[in-house]
Amino acid sequence: MRDLVIIGGGPAGMSAAAAARRRGIRDILILERDGRLGGILNQCIHNGFGLHKFSEELTGPEYAWKYEEQVKELNIDCMLNTMVLDIDENKLITATNSERGLFTVKAKAIILAMGCRERPRGALNIAGTRPAGVYSAGTAQKFLNIHGYMPGKEVVILGSGDIGLIMARRMTLEGAKVKAVCEIMPYSGGLARNIEQCLNDFGIPLMLRHTVVEIHGEKRVEGVTIAKVDKSMRPIESTRQFIKCDTLLLSVGLIPENELSEKAGVELSAVTGGAVVDQDRQTSVDGIFACGNVLHVHDLVDFVSDEAEIAGNSAAEYIKGKKNDVISVKLTTDGKIRYTVPQTVTAKKDMTVYFRVSDVYRNVRINVRNGDKVVLSKKKQRVAPGEMENITLKSDMLDNAAELRLELEEM
Amino acid sequence: MERELTCIVCPMGCRITVKMRNGKVEGVSGNTCPRGERYAIDECTDPKRTLTTTMRCENGEVIPVKTDRAIPKDKMFECMKIINSSVVSPPVLIGDVIIENVFGANIVATKNVMQKEK
Repeated sequence: MRDLVIIGGGPAGMSAAAAARRRGIRDILILERDGRLGGILNQCIHNGFGLHKFSEELTGPEYAWKYEEQVKELNIDCMLNTMVLDIDENKLITATNSERGLFTVKAKAIILAMGCRERPRGALNIAGTRPAGVYSAGTAQKFLNIHGYMPGKEVVILGSGDIGLIMARRMTLEGAKVKAVCEIMPYSGGLARNIEQCLNDFGIPLMLRHTVVEIHGEKRVEGVTIAKVDKSMRPIESTRQFIKCDTLLLSVGLIPENELSEKAGVELSAVTGGAVVDQDRQTSVDGIFACGNVLHVHDLVDFVSDEAEIAGNSAAEYIKGKKNDVISVKLTTDGKIRYTVPQTVTAKKDMTVYFRVSDVYRNVRINVRNGDKVVLSKKKQRVAPGEMENITLKSDMLDNAAELRLELEEM
Repeated sequence: MERELTCIVCPMGCRITVKMRNGKVEGVSGNTCPRGERYAIDECTDPKRTLTTTMRCENGEVIPVKTDRAIPKDKMFECMKIINSSVVSPPVLIGDVIIENVFGANIVATKNVMQKEK
């Protein structure tokens, strides 16, 4: 029996482990699938990490190292090259590695920190052949930044998420010609700074309301046909155009990796793809917590670290015997706000609620409503789906509430 | 003349307007912090970027590196050439200078490579 087992040694897992250790939990084990800690940060060699947490601009590997050092200094056990296969509702974990074969670990508390994976080609139903040269942007990033292989020379990128934008710059710097970034939406899902420094700096066109309708080539990609889409996202036949290329990168969204959570019986949100959690990041299963991109996809790792600290601290209190469930308040949204994390409140305290909006809005008010009464209102100049927002609830706003509703009011 | 910029200093991505006359900055607006103002002035007079890339190790692996300060934007490809024609021999620690004084910056390691891995 271990006190706390953390599934995943990326930024969420490391930060959660360090927080729980500092709250007095000595018996912690991190289970990591890869041969090293750090998760996806290891391949994110660009800078821009850590401005919130460390007030300096770090690259991914540097940010990861700051937490690896903490894990080492705090003497937290890690098992690398270890794949977790199953978690059951009694918090019995089944895992495997080459040294121990198949083994089980029972935990008093579990923190899920498995991160997310990229939406693949199969999820998009793009017509055409199935040649080599179609990669998710993250796969191309791993080839280039970890293994040192160049995935292609003439590139089209579908989707303008941050990884796609970062790879447009990366491939260009290494000598590839990135011909276009196509985005089906009327706006980019990536950060404004990445459009500027990854596309505009290199004259790479961002084609909004465009998608790839066909992939050409037998053995290797020989080109793609792109087209403009109408308001209901259907390709407009007359706008079809062929672009010659040998590589298509897909940056079309990230999906929290929750197969293990489902096996453990954790209730998932249809909107986030991650667990439904309370303010402590505890899931519907007693003693199982979730944080980071497995809970909901973040745009900044700094917020992942913050969230993981909440989960780590809460798991520590749980192990020490603290029980919540003093109150039960549901946090709901109006559709313009897509989701909140947490989705439920089980203890009366001040808390930051994170949320994402469904479209780009300007000059809005975020209202928190208890029945007819607006208990909190916050002005925002601009909100966008690609940028996670937050609002801080005071504990007294939870008085006499069964439901608090977050609404976006256009002014 | 006015120039519209998107600030790249932090993820907020402020829209900044810069008033220019005869190649000199007369006013900056739209920024929320002093770093934004600094960026806007630099961007209109002497644009710079921090470069992050990888470099070959002797053992065939790659190691991530960066310029320890921003270099002139139009020197990025020349800087890439210099980095890509160099080879580093481990062990290397984060922050170790691998190449000195490239367009006013040092090329430093951003990952630890403790020994020669195979």
